[in-house]
Amino acid sequence: MDSSLILSQLISGLTSAMTLFLVASGLTLIFGVVNVFNFAHGSFYLLGAYFAYQVVAVSGVGFWPGVLLASLGAGVAGVVMEFVFLRRIYGRAGEAGFQILLTYSFILILDDVVKMIWGTDYKSIERPESLSGQISFGEVAFPAYDLAVIAAGLLVAVGMWWVIRKTPFGRNLRAISANREMASSLGVNVPLTLSLVFGLATAMGGLSGALSAPVRTVTPGAGIEVIIGSLIVVVIGGLGNFWGALVGAIVIGEVTAFGILFLPQWAVLFSYIVMALVLVFRPEGLLARRGAS
Amino acid sequence: MTGGKDGTRASGPGHVAQWGAALLFFALVPLSGRSFFVQMANEILIMGLFAMSFNLLYGVTGMLSFGQAAFYGVGAYTVGLLLGKGILPYPAALLLSPVAGALLALILGPLCIRLSGVYFTMLTLAFAELVWGIVFKWYGFTGGDNGIQGIPTPASLHDPVRYYYFTLAIAFPCFAALRRVVESPFGAVLQSIRENPERTGFLGIRIRRYQLAAMVISGAFAGLAGGLFAGFQRSIHPNMLHWTKSGEVILMSILGGVSSFFGPLVGAGVILFIEDMIGKYTEFWEIWIGGIMLAIVIFFPRGVIGTFDGWVRRWRGHVGA
Repeated sequence: MDSSLILSQLISGLTSAMTLFLVASGLTLIFGVVNVFNFAHGSFYLLGAYFAYQVVAVSGVGFWPGVLLASLGAGVAGVVMEFVFLRRIYGRAGEAGFQILLTYSFILILDDVVKMIWGTDYKSIERPESLSGQISFGEVAFPAYDLAVIAAGLLVAVGMWWVIRKTPFGRNLRAISANREMASSLGVNVPLTLSLVFGLATAMGGLSGALSAPVRTVTPGAGIEVIIGSLIVVVIGGLGNFWGALVGAIVIGEVTAFGILFLPQWAVLFSYIVMALVLVFRPEGLLARRGAS
Repeated sequence: MTGGKDGTRASGPGHVAQWGAALLFFALVPLSGRSFFVQMANEILIMGLFAMSFNLLYGVTGMLSFGQAAFYGVGAYTVGLLLGKGILPYPAALLLSPVAGALLALILGPLCIRLSGVYFTMLTLAFAELVWGIVFKWYGFTGGDNGIQGIPTPASLHDPVRYYYFTLAIAFPCFAALRRVVESPFGAVLQSIRENPERTGFLGIRIRRYQLAAMVISGAFAGLAGGLFAGFQRSIHPNMLHWTKSGEVILMSILGGVSSFFGPLVGAGVILFIEDMIGKYTEFWEIWIGGIMLAIVIFFPRGVIGTFDGWVRRWRGHVGA
């Protein structure tokens, strides 16, 4: 196998790793801080993708402003879900089960809302013109758009790290993650912070969907695929662990990209095998949990 | 979300009356003379058995499985493949469907119970999706997304009313068996795992062994339900293993009430009727199901039977006071 093929699979694996990371890190952030497993997180990916289609392909807004708007829209939807619905079941006995059911009902609802508005046909967006070509490094060339997605993913990763570690908001967020009651009695506005975390995380999911829209076709039902992919990622990396999500996403992105080379039909199996191996040998995830950071 | 302390226990004479009434009701359905009711009741019995198998994990043991459809589907495909390829007659194939469900649980269970709580739920979902993916893509063996049509069940079972009584004759003994499991010392351990896994462990009980056993029993009954469905419809499809199917039995159990034994059966009846009615008017049934579930979670977390019981108790309290 020649090295340029390996390199191009490497880059394609990294691209899907970044879109997975954007969803998985939001999932893990919500789990770490809000203490909710947002089963509907993939549906915000779906919303992001359809919002991007609406804004970019239908309304003709430029690509990058459109992507930002789509991400913002998904974040607003996330805040509404948290503020209007999820908030009512915090602290209820057997909360974990209710969380799953409530967020599951949102998968069903959002799936149908998307079908009602945009129909069931495949949708797609053109890549921005400036990124439609290839960028060559010596003998090998990579799709410019893939490189842009990888850069955007890394940018968000560093940005999130900065927000969590270096800002007052991040400090509140870590305090809540460590001890919600204590943080509250020390004057942290817990309800507001929880809503904001939810909004931030769902906006990241939306960003992932918007960035994926030009690469994969947008269809209803993508939400569940994405949530299962991110679930595998966070199990591998360790739920509630931000960098674990990055490591897990890269592992899964690459395993899938190279699996396609060898056994195209069964490529999806490989990520499950990796997950099963992690579960057997390191059930707490590759990076053991250390708070929300 | 875990059930009430008395919910899964027998309640003396009321208990016998409950069973008698349920059996009588189902036995009399064909007298209505409407094939729609017979078909519907048949489906309710099958889905009810499927939902009760789920509730052995959730309502009794406190393990929220989101992958129950894998066991159901594997049971159905056991029947579909063995009959379709002419290897075994229907009764023998049907007997093997719970074996297949139990075997799958024996393979996936040890992996899933390595983690608990939300992780467990998500692992069951992920592995069930894996099984679905294999069935969906393996055209050479399972027929892929064409499914299997025209499963050659014996002609004597083609009559809907006959098959209905066939289902009834299998489902009710299964309900009784499940009840026995719940009320046995083994079942008491399962319930104490639900209430407090840590303390149960302190008693020297190997929790994981019991959880695995619960998964295997649950998988067996789910597999049998799948086998019954394969004989009922005489056609099966990978959708039977899809995660939405797992979600459906969760919804049925929650709606009926996970802390009452017949709750999942009642829930199955309600959901199947709702699906049938909504299906006539709109293709967007998911949003209705999702909306109903959302309302239950927020307003009626104890399900139909639990909420009804609560009303009765409050009313009796008023009368007594």
